[in-house]
Amino acid sequence: MTARATAWTGPIAARLAGNRLHLAHGPIDLVIWADGPSASVERAYRAAGVAFDGLLESLVAVLPQLRAPVGSAEGLPPTARLMHAATAPLAVDRFVTPMAAVAGAVADTVMAAIRAVPGIERAYVNNRGDIAVHLTPGASLEIGVVPELRRPLMAASLRLGHGDGIGGVATSGWDGRSFSLGIADAVTVLAASAAQADAAATLIANAVDVDDPAITRVPATDLDPDSDLGRLLVTTGVGPLADAAIAAALDNGARYAQTLLERRLVNAAMLVLEGRARIVGRIREEIACSS
Amino acid sequence: MTDMTERFGAREADGIVRCDACPVLCRIRPGRSGACGRYANENGSLVRTDPVLFAERVVDEGGALVPFAEGDWDGQAGPNVETFVTGIGSGTTYPDYKPAPFIVSSTYRGVDTVTVVSEGIFSYCGCKVKIDTDRHLGPERSSITVGGEPVGHVTTAEYGSQMLSIGGVHHLTGTTKKAGNVTCDTLLKLCGGEPVELAIESGSTVVVQAGAAPIVNGKPEQRMRVGCGSATVGIFAKQWHGEVDEVIVLDDHITGVLTEHQAGRCLDMPPSGIRIEGRRSTPGRYFQVANPGLGWGGTDITDPFSVIRDIDRKHAWPGMRVLITSTTGEDAVWCVLGEDFALHEAEMPVAVRRTVERIGENCEPSLCSVLFMAGAGGSLRAGVTENPVLITRSVKSGETRVTMGGAPVYVWPGGGITVMVDVERLPQRAFGYVPTPALVAPIEFTLPLELYTALGGHAGHVQALDEVVRSHGQSARREAWTPRNPWPLGRATP
Repeated sequence: MTARATAWTGPIAARLAGNRLHLAHGPIDLVIWADGPSASVERAYRAAGVAFDGLLESLVAVLPQLRAPVGSAEGLPPTARLMHAATAPLAVDRFVTPMAAVAGAVADTVMAAIRAVPGIERAYVNNRGDIAVHLTPGASLEIGVVPELRRPLMAASLRLGHGDGIGGVATSGWDGRSFSLGIADAVTVLAASAAQADAAATLIANAVDVDDPAITRVPATDLDPDSDLGRLLVTTGVGPLADAAIAAALDNGARYAQTLLERRLVNAAMLVLEGRARIVGRIREEIACSS
Repeated sequence: MTDMTERFGAREADGIVRCDACPVLCRIRPGRSGACGRYANENGSLVRTDPVLFAERVVDEGGALVPFAEGDWDGQAGPNVETFVTGIGSGTTYPDYKPAPFIVSSTYRGVDTVTVVSEGIFSYCGCKVKIDTDRHLGPERSSITVGGEPVGHVTTAEYGSQMLSIGGVHHLTGTTKKAGNVTCDTLLKLCGGEPVELAIESGSTVVVQAGAAPIVNGKPEQRMRVGCGSATVGIFAKQWHGEVDEVIVLDDHITGVLTEHQAGRCLDMPPSGIRIEGRRSTPGRYFQVANPGLGWGGTDITDPFSVIRDIDRKHAWPGMRVLITSTTGEDAVWCVLGEDFALHEAEMPVAVRRTVERIGENCEPSLCSVLFMAGAGGSLRAGVTENPVLITRSVKSGETRVTMGGAPVYVWPGGGITVMVDVERLPQRAFGYVPTPALVAPIEFTLPLELYTALGGHAGHVQALDEVVRSHGQSARREAWTPRNPWPLGRATP
């Protein structure tokens, strides 16, 4: 806005423990890790920084278009095109705007720069839970899964390997950073890209729903005047639910997830509500002890 | 706290604040945060919601506290500002054997000092609640419920106060999932200084809020009693002497009768012949004059004359002046014995009214106080050192100081690290929860660096304070030190 504010508002880059890179700007917060010869990692981190520069501004420039139901991709910058491409197939039978894929698309954009660097064997770009992953033959990666977004405590871990065809992992739920039309505590999706995983997790989480007086909802714009969801009712609280209601909500979500699986838009999904889970597709899961 | 709304945003209609901290320019409604989650609209002002809390104080004695460097802060601690990294928002490491999120070294008064900063997840925790009232809240051991779910029980009565126990591991995880969640929510509210309505089995409903007056059955309490009825007689006997012929101080526990009481005898007051209900303990001191209740002095009495069993005409005389008061002075009546040997209410003389007012003046305001109690003796210690028993011993010996969000704690003697802390001494938004359910609370262990190394501390993970401030200062929440808390880096005990 003004010069005086730049000290606070510019993108920041920092090294974290474990030779990870932290890039943050406004709502984007990336924790990046790349593995390979150290010269390659350094190049990759520089490339990530270059890709990150101006990224938020490029999205803000087309924000009104990104907040509207999926329409034309004309005139969209690269990251916004990824958002469009990830959400367009979902728009056939659901309300969705490109914003449903924003976090994943940002992770994919930065990952594209990293994986282009020769020598990088594996890498992840974690945008606050929406993660782009890159694995070369023989490489694998373990990813933690949280059963509830209110308090991100790892309860299980997934081992991803090269050849699984998974380029992204994303999690969505009613109490996460974005609004949800549903009541899922957490829906974790594995897909070909982080943008696809992000969009699918959002819509599957929307579908984990049931009509029950214990659920409170308000129009999205009552909470955020600029929400892409407009006057649609978003979940603000989930009171105690009967076992039958929990099962019905999970059935609804799983049924929708199954259609996405059949359309090859997702590789697998894990749906959690009130401590109960459904898995759609195949997930290699190693349950860790919960606290 | 400095208001940064105008500097980093703008106020719009309907209480909306526009945040200019990044190009997204979120428009944030009151009580909500922006897309980043780092900025929020709190009552129409733009505030940071950031994770880790740095508490700061100026070093100069008598210097003004500088809470915020008005946004021009360059990530460095100012030359005269000391920073304490609190566990609030620091996060937990999972699993516990990993070093705590922050192990911060700094030099304090020439001693290299380490503070191990973490958020603990406490399954074994609860609140001890003290409610300053003599009103009968419910029988000891009664169950306390919130929304029909058991969350605790009534425990002992203390002098002028009733103690409640809320939470504990049994209520959190030992019954049903629902009861556990309600208990967790109740604890979180109590620790966060929010009001909670508790229903006591065979008793009252009471709204409890740390630092506020309890609201018993919809009525806010005003005062604690000055003492029991006997103590009140003892305190005011001399002031009543010459102004009254008899005083009855009604109390839930011990009701006092002045002329029969040792205090009246010493003043050579003649017996009034008034005999009251109840069981005489010692002269002038009566137990059980009435049932516990919400009337005068924590009894069920609403008609003060009902405590009088009879009046002995051998001793009493027409014109005898009698004061009946509660132990808080909130209820008092002045009466005179008629020719019919019945007490007749009359207008209280000014001198006597003053003594009743003085009873009130000597009563402290009735408050709720909440102590959070938790056991930090478990695996949490592994984030501090590889040999956890050593940290336990060091805490016991006083070499290692334990704080929660910078607030001093009381460490129980005996095994483990069982601590209690006054929730009002912690900064705001210090507590959280996990779905287990269990509470999340900040905890810091401060000890000399040399000792930390000797205890098998995670020496390789020690970061200099400057480094922590540089790398996290931009995102940290920064607040002024709570002045009544001692600075944790000083020696625990001289």
